[in-house]
Amino acid sequence: MDIIHQPWPWYVGGTAIAAIMFLLIFSGKEFGFSDNLRTIVCMCGGGKFSKFLDFDWKQRLWNLTFMAGTLLGGWIAYTYMRSEEPMQLSSSFFSTLDSWGLTGDVKPGELIPESLFNFGQLGSIAGIVIIIFGGFFVGFGARYAGGCTSGHAISGLSNLQLPSLIAVIGFFIGGLFVSNILYPWLLNL
Amino acid sequence: MKFLQYLLYGILFGIILIKSEVASWFRIQEMFHFQSFHMYGVIGTAVVLGIIGIQLIKKFEMRDFRGEKIVFHDKDKSIARYLIGGIIFGLGWALTGACPGPMVALLGYGYVVIIVAFLSAAFGTFVYGLLRDKLPH
Repeated sequence: MDIIHQPWPWYVGGTAIAAIMFLLIFSGKEFGFSDNLRTIVCMCGGGKFSKFLDFDWKQRLWNLTFMAGTLLGGWIAYTYMRSEEPMQLSSSFFSTLDSWGLTGDVKPGELIPESLFNFGQLGSIAGIVIIIFGGFFVGFGARYAGGCTSGHAISGLSNLQLPSLIAVIGFFIGGLFVSNILYPWLLNL
Repeated sequence: MKFLQYLLYGILFGIILIKSEVASWFRIQEMFHFQSFHMYGVIGTAVVLGIIGIQLIKKFEMRDFRGEKIVFHDKDKSIARYLIGGIIFGLGWALTGACPGPMVALLGYGYVVIIVAFLSAAFGTFVYGLLRDKLPH
């Protein structure tokens, strides 16, 4: 039964993500996860403040249902499929983690460093920048760019859209800066 | 229960994000340090299969499950919005180590604090809605 608990290699993960995109395409829908954020804001009354946030959210119920499934899928993966080994990260990345003092966070079944992601961290500058500002940039940037990783990096590139390539280049400019320059600074405050 | 199929696809998606470790902060930082092939392998495989599949759908003018012709929409032409918006999204992706899909999968996995990042992302979407007309697109 070990195959249930083992992490999947990249080619299985990539193939499975493409399969999800095609299931949605063949259902007459488009794969775009961050659209749900706009729907949630619309349902909360965002339309009173912005035309962009004023639309018939019932048209997006299918995607909210997809999101509910994603939540459930995460729970199923934790409950029945959790890995019993620590993640097999590259040895060069371990030296990066070492310099950030996070090597001890690579534990069986853990996908993110719990010493950075906990409610207590919300009282520190690093925690506020990482969790609150980070979340804000994800939501703001995804709508400004017209899509997130699923909409641009997967669906858009698959449909050979130049705008999506520009967006993905942008993702990398921002991501390289944060991971290589901001993180080392934040974690040594 | 016309949405049941989407619930099922979503469940599969959540399991995929966790089991392929795409939802892992560690994998995202590793990717932005070019210290592992894993994330490039996942995204690259999905895109290569996606390109082939979409070309086949277009070439054979395939129909969806309901029998309707599948159409793809071209994205609006612009550089500013994709580049600036993309950079801002990239800052958030690397800071939280998660994009919106993985955030939800991680919440389901039991990382409750991620709800704060998710609500912040909803607030970011709201603020974009307020500023939209003033931003270069």
